[in-house]
Amino acid sequence: MLSFIGRTLVQKLLTLFLVSIVSFLIIHLAPGKPSQANPLNPKFTPEMVARFNKAFHLDDPLYLQYYYFYKGLFTGNTRSWKDNQPVLGKIWKRFLNSLPLFIVGTLLTWTLSFPVGIRSAIRRGGLYDRSATLISYFLISIPGFFFAYILIICVVEWLHVPVIGMETFGLSHAHWPTLIMDRIWHLVLPSVLGATSGIALLSRYVRGQMLEVQGQDYIRTARAKGLSSEAVYYRHALRNALLPFVTMFGLILPGLIGGSVIIESIFSWPGMGRMAYEAILARDYPVILTLNFISAVLVLIGTFISDILYMAVDPRIRL
Amino acid sequence: MTAATEQPLAPAAMLETAAAPAQSRFQAFWHLFRQNRMAVIGLVVFLLFFGVALAGLVLTSGDHPVFNPALIRLQEKLRPPLSRAHVKRLTPDEIPPFGIYLFGTDDLGRDVFARMLQGAWVSLTVGFVAVGISVVIGIFLGGIAGYYPRIDALIMRLVDIMLCFPSFFLILTVVALLPASLYNIMIVIGLTSWMGTTRFVRAEFLALREQDFVSAARALGVGDLRIIFRHILPNAVAPVLVSATIGIATAILTEAGLSFLGFGVPPPHATWGNILADGKEFIFDAPWLTFIPGTAILVVVLAFNLFGEGLRDVLNPRLRERG
Repeated sequence: MLSFIGRTLVQKLLTLFLVSIVSFLIIHLAPGKPSQANPLNPKFTPEMVARFNKAFHLDDPLYLQYYYFYKGLFTGNTRSWKDNQPVLGKIWKRFLNSLPLFIVGTLLTWTLSFPVGIRSAIRRGGLYDRSATLISYFLISIPGFFFAYILIICVVEWLHVPVIGMETFGLSHAHWPTLIMDRIWHLVLPSVLGATSGIALLSRYVRGQMLEVQGQDYIRTARAKGLSSEAVYYRHALRNALLPFVTMFGLILPGLIGGSVIIESIFSWPGMGRMAYEAILARDYPVILTLNFISAVLVLIGTFISDILYMAVDPRIRL
Repeated sequence: MTAATEQPLAPAAMLETAAAPAQSRFQAFWHLFRQNRMAVIGLVVFLLFFGVALAGLVLTSGDHPVFNPALIRLQEKLRPPLSRAHVKRLTPDEIPPFGIYLFGTDDLGRDVFARMLQGAWVSLTVGFVAVGISVVIGIFLGGIAGYYPRIDALIMRLVDIMLCFPSFFLILTVVALLPASLYNIMIVIGLTSWMGTTRFVRAEFLALREQDFVSAARALGVGDLRIIFRHILPNAVAPVLVSATIGIATAILTEAGLSFLGFGVPPPHATWGNILADGKEFIFDAPWLTFIPGTAILVVVLAFNLFGEGLRDVLNPRLRERG
């Protein structure tokens, strides 16, 4: 067990190192230079460009630039090229904005998809199952922003509540119940939209797992000894079907930073996805690279946790 | 992919006829596939889409296309669907076929029907080329990783590295850094989505490598590459087919998302994604600019997904026996 953990850790660190190189290369080998971000700006004289290049080591060879960047990252000194703010501070602020979206979205996904998936599996081929299947394919197939616009139109026309941004502008002097309701209304649509494809996919997966388990011998045994169907489904089948999902808890982690670029753009939500988008537009390499690095770390931690959980849950797996 | 439904023959008949399955593999497949109604609908829509895309290519290209997707008629902007063209205000060249705007016009007075026709072909190309690239890479790397245990760890590390990047963010970054072009988008989507295929193919190869027919081929002195591509690959192609079908759907959605953020296929090419993205500014004045391409994407992607899932069910022998 310990040797497995040690081996995995070394492997993950190696992967992380390679990821840092690859992402650095992708960004720096792409055509165009950050100093050319706005060639039409009259203030951007050649002297400015030279100063800019010097300040950010852009004239140095790539391996030195790589060294400077990651040294800065680990000592917390990386600064954004756009506004010279510390990158980690900027990201932290945006992270706090994205966090409620992520939490509500994840809760919605995990609380809705299990009942739907289990019910579909129990009534396989019935009306409920078929309509749930069709609806989930529908949700997977619809372009996210098209769906968002339809929902925005419906909500604004029928419920007359504000949906764009994190809070209504100029409402800061209202009483606290109004404030809280305002925040909640702003939170609902983006988190529902963020959760739709997750709900659709996860409920299909739950259904598949339940069906897989239902074909097993111990289920037949449980039925044969005369257990009620509730006991068979919820005590015998569900527990075994849940096994793979325990490991999926680890895989939620990367979602923390992925933050949907599209949804945050539609709703003008000042979260991390939007920050990434703005950084890409501005060619703000330190921000892009830092976000990439953090997300790689989260992916690796996530897979590590899921490996460990899998070993903890499934006694058959002992590496 | 085993030929499942071999009909038992009477011993006498067996001597006279060749001992071939009574049903060909395709017949057996079709028989199973037909029972999944949603998958059949998906296939029909897929074929329709293919036909429309081909027709679109023919009708909208050339010097004097029947439907001109790029013709700007500012005096006719934002006309609703099915409205008649004001024939008197237009020169003869500008009059749309049959004098009618089937899907209305956009903010520059371009015929949305013509643009949708052109976009069908472009969207289809984006989907197929992107998936083609990812499938070729996936089969090649997955096959090598599954067949040569020595290279396996190396390639799987590469997959792990690629999986560390949030996919849409990576695509967005690269597309934004590269000059905007149709080909760059296809290539970037293809180059960032081969990891799933690699894993499937590797898993299949790991199992098939130990089978007798591979040992037999090896004993006959068949070369490694021939064993990989002629002997093992045809047996490992089922999951690839499924993931490719669903991959096309994902690629079309990704293109639409990129268009929405302003990094999609640049003009003059119309894709369903950029028609939809351009329409968002007129969603209250001209809802058809949003709903026509949006619904079209939804229907086509849904068809690909249903068809892909149907394929998965039919090609998966385990599910088939239970079903």
